Amino acid sequence: MPEKKETTTHKTLIEVEHISKSFGSNHVLNDISLTIGEGETLTVLGKSGVGKSVLLKLIVGLMPLDSGIVRYEGRSIAEATEKELNEIRKNIGFLFQGGALFDSMSVGENLNIILHKHTDLPLEERETRIIRALELVGLKDKLDEMPSALSGGQKKRAGLARSIVLKPKLILYDEPTTGLDPITAGSIAELILSLQTELQVASIVVTHDLPTAFTVSDRTIVLESGKKIYDGPVEGLAEAGHDHLGEFLKAAKLDRSRREEIIKNAHKM
Amino acid sequence: MNVLSRSTVLNFLEKIGGLSRFSMRFFRTAFRRPFETKELVKQTYEVGVRSFGLVAIVAIVIGAVLTMQSRPTMMKFGAEAFIPAMVAVSVLRELSPVLISIIVAGRVAAGIGAELGSMRVTEQIDAMEVAALSPFNYLVVTRVLACMIALPLLTVYADFLALVGAFIVQNIEAGMSGRLFYNSVMSSVNFADFAPGVVKTIFFGFIVGIVGCFEGYNSEGGTEGVGRSATDAVVVSSLLIIIADVLAVKLTVFFFDIA
Ligand SMILES: Nc1ncnc2c1ncn2[C@@H]1O[C@H](COP(=O)(O)OP(=O)(O)OP(=O)(O)O)[C@@H](O)[C@H]1O
Ligand SMILES: [Mg+2]
Repeated sequence: MPEKKETTTHKTLIEVEHISKSFGSNHVLNDISLTIGEGETLTVLGKSGVGKSVLLKLIVGLMPLDSGIVRYEGRSIAEATEKELNEIRKNIGFLFQGGALFDSMSVGENLNIILHKHTDLPLEERETRIIRALELVGLKDKLDEMPSALSGGQKKRAGLARSIVLKPKLILYDEPTTGLDPITAGSIAELILSLQTELQVASIVVTHDLPTAFTVSDRTIVLESGKKIYDGPVEGLAEAGHDHLGEFLKAAKLDRSRREEIIKNAHKM
Repeated sequence: MNVLSRSTVLNFLEKIGGLSRFSMRFFRTAFRRPFETKELVKQTYEVGVRSFGLVAIVAIVIGAVLTMQSRPTMMKFGAEAFIPAMVAVSVLRELSPVLISIIVAGRVAAGIGAELGSMRVTEQIDAMEVAALSPFNYLVVTRVLACMIALPLLTVYADFLALVGAFIVQNIEAGMSGRLFYNSVMSSVNFADFAPGVVKTIFFGFIVGIVGCFEGYNSEGGTEGVGRSATDAVVVSSLLIIIADVLAVKLTVFFFDIA
């Protein structure tokens, strides 16, 4: 494990400048800008259908932008050649909303194909890393299972293991805890946070799950009707007075105590 | 009615345009790394070996039925002795390459369309893309090449079995011996009957693979879209095979001067 660093100011990893995206007459995102620093965790909140998944896909170049620019370490994603884009993407993990496991391969092969392709690690070492990644998401015993034999939540966790197995610099999580019971959801939130504190992984976490948002966020943005209506610390949401979110938060009496607790424990390890 | 036909025509043209661009991408990508040899072998097995049973039945029946059908006519002209030759030429030049390609189109293009289609709608192709796994090389190039390799081999296999079917009927109905059947086939067919039929199935294989992949890779609209991809893959590839066959026949006549 690399040394732990306490980072407050972050070197910029991703810059998103004034991006817009429409599907026909459906104007999904309108002039969105944001930045992510190295080792920083940004949560993205917003109602279903507001364009959160689309935002993540635009950031990794899975969909063409209508306007604006996305830069990874200063390089424009849209202008990158296929080869450059692949180089960039090796540093990015992506958890899809449905897990998106390759269903012609076992869970272990889903992880192995990525390690095999992008590293020169010998087989035993790959195995160790695969088992370690599955352990982190609580699926060690599913190594040889086919995806069709997994539950929805297990698929998502296997997808999560696949997105972290290469130890990327940036991980994009599309609703990592949706559909999971609160205990498993809590352990996933813990995993996201420990990846950040121990490996300085930067993350963008799309979520509806406020406890998760409160646990993992350095910063939060809120999307509404295609616009970014909030960008700041998660604690500030309650005072920002937007939408019903403030009231919802007050009602839920959420705070950051859990986060402090996890970080404290992580440092003891 | 007018609107309907116009949109149908537009859809068709759009599809042809998309398919052409997809084919160009195939040719640009096929010769570039990464070469997914292991996956190519697997897909060739999938397309070829798994079609053995179906192709065998179809081929034997073609040979047998054609022999039965032509007997009364040939007898009327007192040309019974030419039955093996006539059947052999028809089978080798046309029936085996085209029918086998269409049968394989039904099985394989639908399979590829549905498989890639469901990978598209469940975001597996996107996942490959963000993991820098080159999904076009891994999924499309391997499947198209597999079809181009498997179809000619299946055609040679079908040529042989169709003649076996013809022989069985000749043997039962006319008591013809194996040696006589063999000699009469061999003395009437030549390289120009056999080779063009096999070579054109490389192109038919390309059609089956590229259409199946195109439909699946660009599938949209959820589960319903996957069904549509599978159906369209069969319809479009079968149609294109028939159109391509007309061109192939013209070319064959031109180059081999068969008169
Ligand atoms: N490939 C696409 N083609 C057309 N429209 C799309 C496509 N992808 C997304 N959309 C549209 O974009 C909008 C935003 O979709 P998106 O999946 O980003 O929502 P979301 O915020 O992730 O919602 P949820 O929380 O339910 O996942 C929706 O109206 C959707 O219909
Ligand atoms: Mg979504």
